[in-house]
Amino acid sequence: MIASRGVSTLEDQSDIGETGESLKCDDSVSYSEGAPAFNADAPRRGGVGSMYALFAPPAVDAVALEERAASLGKRSLKGETKLAGLRLAVAMMDLTTLEGKDTPGKVNQLCEKARIPLYQDPSVGPCAAICVYPNHVVTAKARLAGSSVKVASVATAFPSGQSPLDIKLADTRRAVDFGADEIDMVIDRGAMLVGDFARVFDEISATKEACGHAHLKVILETGELGSYDLIRKASELAIAAGADFIKTSTGKIQPAATPPVTLLMLEVIRDHYYASGRRIGMKPAGGVRTAKQALHYLVLVKETLGDAWLTPDLFRFGASALLNDVLMQLEKQRTGNYQAADDFSKD
Amino acid sequence: MENKEASRKAPRGFERDETSESALGTSGASGASGVEVEHTSSGDILLMKPYDSANVDARVRVNKAYKMFIGGAFVRSESGRYFQVEGAPSEEDLGADPATVNVPRGSRKDVRDAVLAARSALVSWERRTAYNRGQILYRLAEVMESRRPELTQSLVRGGETPAEAASQVNVSIDRVVFYAGFADKFFALLASSNPVAGPHFNFSVPEPMGTIGVIAPDRPALLGLVSTILPIITGGNTCVALAGERDPRTSIVWSECLATSDIPGGVVNILTGHANELAVHFAKHREVAGIDAWMVDPNLRRAVESEGADSVKRVTTRVPMDAEAWSNERKAQGLGWIERFLETKTIWHPVGV
Repeated sequence: MIASRGVSTLEDQSDIGETGESLKCDDSVSYSEGAPAFNADAPRRGGVGSMYALFAPPAVDAVALEERAASLGKRSLKGETKLAGLRLAVAMMDLTTLEGKDTPGKVNQLCEKARIPLYQDPSVGPCAAICVYPNHVVTAKARLAGSSVKVASVATAFPSGQSPLDIKLADTRRAVDFGADEIDMVIDRGAMLVGDFARVFDEISATKEACGHAHLKVILETGELGSYDLIRKASELAIAAGADFIKTSTGKIQPAATPPVTLLMLEVIRDHYYASGRRIGMKPAGGVRTAKQALHYLVLVKETLGDAWLTPDLFRFGASALLNDVLMQLEKQRTGNYQAADDFSKD
Repeated sequence: MENKEASRKAPRGFERDETSESALGTSGASGASGVEVEHTSSGDILLMKPYDSANVDARVRVNKAYKMFIGGAFVRSESGRYFQVEGAPSEEDLGADPATVNVPRGSRKDVRDAVLAARSALVSWERRTAYNRGQILYRLAEVMESRRPELTQSLVRGGETPAEAASQVNVSIDRVVFYAGFADKFFALLASSNPVAGPHFNFSVPEPMGTIGVIAPDRPALLGLVSTILPIITGGNTCVALAGERDPRTSIVWSECLATSDIPGGVVNILTGHANELAVHFAKHREVAGIDAWMVDPNLRRAVESEGADSVKRVTTRVPMDAEAWSNERKAQGLGWIERFLETKTIWHPVGV
């Protein structure tokens, strides 16, 4: 019953945008009236046939996917190309700290690092955003005032997503009220695994509504979904439900982002672009630790989606350890000497 | 009954029969031309020719692919390059390498990989108890003792006389034992409690510096390597060494001792290649905390010193000693060798707290 409601909401997007009514999945929850669930300016998606396909995708060819993802990692990027890629990776970075021991001091330090990642070479950076828990959004926002660095906040009972919807929505609204520019939500993987896709869809669209003007990134936590098919289904669901970005992982579960999973999600984004003309962003998070890996991901993006996605607006790295490795490589290129990890600040 | 008789006889076919012209006696001359079906005098069919020690060409020898030792694994150079090392096998050296062998010619990126391996091995190595480090080093001496023939043979093929080679292996093993014993004693000899004015305790304690680069002397191939590397790792450092160019094969044989001892992978890494190509990359790498370079070429020594200055390394460059000096316990081993790559940390601590 719910599933059919999910499908019907997709069939006519403009109706949802106007009323927001059909999105309710729990009567006890009230939504802000009149707020559009989707980007009203976005081009219309395809007809009934293409929407039906969203819920019955063909099985993912795992061998071919992994092979292609691996083969795209074999390119050797050197010299100017490598430098350009590394600089782009810094500009695409969501510098992240999501720990129970986070303090305002650490968040402030991270903000400064996001503004000027490499003091020796001010032309590098700044990073795209810093990603923190809601309680640190105010600190980060104040510290980053006047800079181009955005503040992203995780929400919806991160990292498990196992809380009632009203709490998740309140979490989201508070984060936005604190000033978050971007919201990284988690889906309910349990619902995904038992096949309650409509619930997942409804929660995403409700969260999108609660985000208001903030961008919504939907974390699929691919390491818990168990199969490429389900990852693909989750990606399609999230996009259909209004995600601006789809993101692989929370960083709390292994495996996190891997090249095959990222390639698969990029292909879903590509298919959606062909069907609707709307550009969805991608964010691999967790597990990207070295500059070499980062360049591998950029190659995946370039080969799957083209240059249009090679911008911080549409591609991000969720990482903490990655930045230092990229900076070490940039310094290596600039000075000609291999760098020592101790020469770079930890946070 | 007859079957049993035949099977009991079968091994006899493997014995060389000098008196009669058996199928075995002639098979050696036909060379290693593959499998032939032959019949022994007892009528058994042999599918493979038996090993004939007088005609070693009768079988295809398995030659060793010499590889560098990085992070506990034997690897080829990332660059795919090799250089040739001469060294004719002697008469008794049956089954060993051909007269010329290929040895990897390490590259800048091999240095990088080795330094990375050494850096990641550092934390666990320096945090081991000194006593445990001593036990592990003693284990290395045990393994070297059991591989004595191989080490000696390799040195002979590198140009030493059998007597020199045997003596060099002896001194090398003794030197490992010397440092194994020193591992939990140098601290007490180098640390101090210093008198200061005021109500403070003042201690100075030695600490390992980190990852140290070694450009080993050409000769003696084994003893030079052992004498430079052992004091470094005894102090808790990890090490990347470039073996001497004249007999790099011995360094690889010694790496096999390291690999089969209990020394964790990455604590000692051994590269082969040309010092005039790689020494500056040791010096330029900021992760390398110190360098012990034994090089004849004064320009190369100067280059290593000036490149190392940029990252404030502790660089010592020296003209290699002669073989006799390396064997001399007073000149080539001792507490000073360990101290060379230790950093002294001095701590002020208020009295009564």
